[in-house]
Amino acid sequence: MNQTILLDIIYLIGSVTFILGLKMMGKPDTARRGNTYAAFGMTLAILGTIFLHNGPIAPIIYGMLFGAFAIGGIIGWMVAKKVKMTAMPQLVSLFNGMGGACAALISIMEFHVHAGDPKTIMMVMAGLIIGSISFSGSMIAFAKLNGNLNKNPKIPGYNIINALILLITLGVGVYITVAGVTDFMWPCIDLALALLYGIMFVLPIGGADMPVVISLLNSFTGLAAASGGFLYHNKVMLTGGILVGSAGTILTIAMCKGMNRTLFSVVFGAFGEGSAAAASGGATGGSVKDISIADCAVLMNYSKKVVIVPGYGLAVAQAQHVMHELEALLEERGVEVKYAIHPVAGRMPGHMNVLMAESNVDYSKLCEMEDINPEFETTDVVFIVGANDVVNPAAKTNPASPIYGMPILEVEKAKNIIVNKRSMAAGYAGIDNELFYNPKTSMLFGDAKKVVTELVAELKTM
Amino acid sequence: MQETLSFIYGHINMFYILILMIFVGVEVINSVPSVLHTPLMSGANAIHGVVIIGAIIVLLNADPTNYVELLLGFLAVILGTLNVVGGFVVTDRMLEMFKKKPAKSNAKW
Repeated sequence: MNQTILLDIIYLIGSVTFILGLKMMGKPDTARRGNTYAAFGMTLAILGTIFLHNGPIAPIIYGMLFGAFAIGGIIGWMVAKKVKMTAMPQLVSLFNGMGGACAALISIMEFHVHAGDPKTIMMVMAGLIIGSISFSGSMIAFAKLNGNLNKNPKIPGYNIINALILLITLGVGVYITVAGVTDFMWPCIDLALALLYGIMFVLPIGGADMPVVISLLNSFTGLAAASGGFLYHNKVMLTGGILVGSAGTILTIAMCKGMNRTLFSVVFGAFGEGSAAAASGGATGGSVKDISIADCAVLMNYSKKVVIVPGYGLAVAQAQHVMHELEALLEERGVEVKYAIHPVAGRMPGHMNVLMAESNVDYSKLCEMEDINPEFETTDVVFIVGANDVVNPAAKTNPASPIYGMPILEVEKAKNIIVNKRSMAAGYAGIDNELFYNPKTSMLFGDAKKVVTELVAELKTM
Repeated sequence: MQETLSFIYGHINMFYILILMIFVGVEVINSVPSVLHTPLMSGANAIHGVVIIGAIIVLLNADPTNYVELLLGFLAVILGTLNVVGGFVVTDRMLEMFKKKPAKSNAKW
């Protein structure tokens, strides 16, 4: 009896650390400590579950338990430590998928225990369906962000097909619950259907929307964990799961707002449909102007104010450190340098802040969009490094463009615009950018790291 | 109907937690700067790793002679551990970047 009470108290502590941790993660100063608190609470809950378990535990189970901890722990630790900062978004998706798969597996194993009892089977089926969708969806999102899967195939009427698959999946789930099915074949069919739905759900969605999808699947996994909480009357699972489910939903909506899109249009794919019209309707054609490294260095050296716009290209080229070097060099010569960070620059909101902070750029130099936009008029040079869609004026001027309405960095107000890109290829949204044809714009082609390194060398000779 | 009511009554505490947690989740996330969205998503990702508790319970209750059960439970615990450990470590790595810097770090490097 005492064991149960102690375990309940441990679960209570765990729940509190989750809430506290998540709250603290909302402020830059306390964020890291918040994460540590939550990790501590999780460890406590795990150890409590094992050592305060009611009843004897066979040695083989102990062995398997700690074997699994060792395998999962070492792999998880290594992967998380080794991965490059640019690959973080897909890693989050991968780990999210693992959680979903875990929930689905638990449900499969609990089925035969509870088969025929509608009240508990309902929770088993909920965990199975949500967990499986989260797993297969996350794997597709992972493949897309990792560049293994670049197509967004859209079969005609896929919205209807997807809705049908979802309906059948839920229908089978309800049938199993209500009819008290005991045949193990049925949950397996439903598992396959849910996995299929997860794939079909994420497959047509474009890469630019992947962060929103990951955030959504993240809250799904939270719900899957919560259904496990109901199943086992386990309060820490319920607290953690619902907390993530609810917080994740709000986060998803906040991300959509950052891109000025509705969750509905992300999921049901209005994106990409208008792009054909935009490509033909945009003010494309015209010629672009090149600029040499030397000219670029001179221009920056004699400017009063330079604003750097980092994008995914900078992250891929790992140019953040040399970028900081350029910034410091210019500051030494009396040039005011700032970074303009678009909320969705990179592959995730805040991706660029994380990256620039990594190279020790002063936090106060990273300006959010609303703060920097009025400053462009007094800016001599805007240096755009590997960013595209977030500075595309079509978002303001071309109603046919798929990104129309998205708030952008108003770089075209600056006196000079230098764009570093590897080639003239379109950005992640797959649309042309008329900014490149602006008379004030000069193109500096090449790998971001190489170009910025050369710029630094050139500046040093001046 | 009777079934549903008795289910709700049997889980009344759980339903209280459910409702309250929805509000806590909304409250905790609201008005967070977009800078922190990515780490926050990652942190939330680690927290739903709490599903591992379920996996542990399944494995603890498994029949030691049923190898299918043992293997599935083993796999579930591995997956859950990956979610928990990977999630917290990645979040920590992201947040490490936000550490306080010495006050006058801008011009000198």
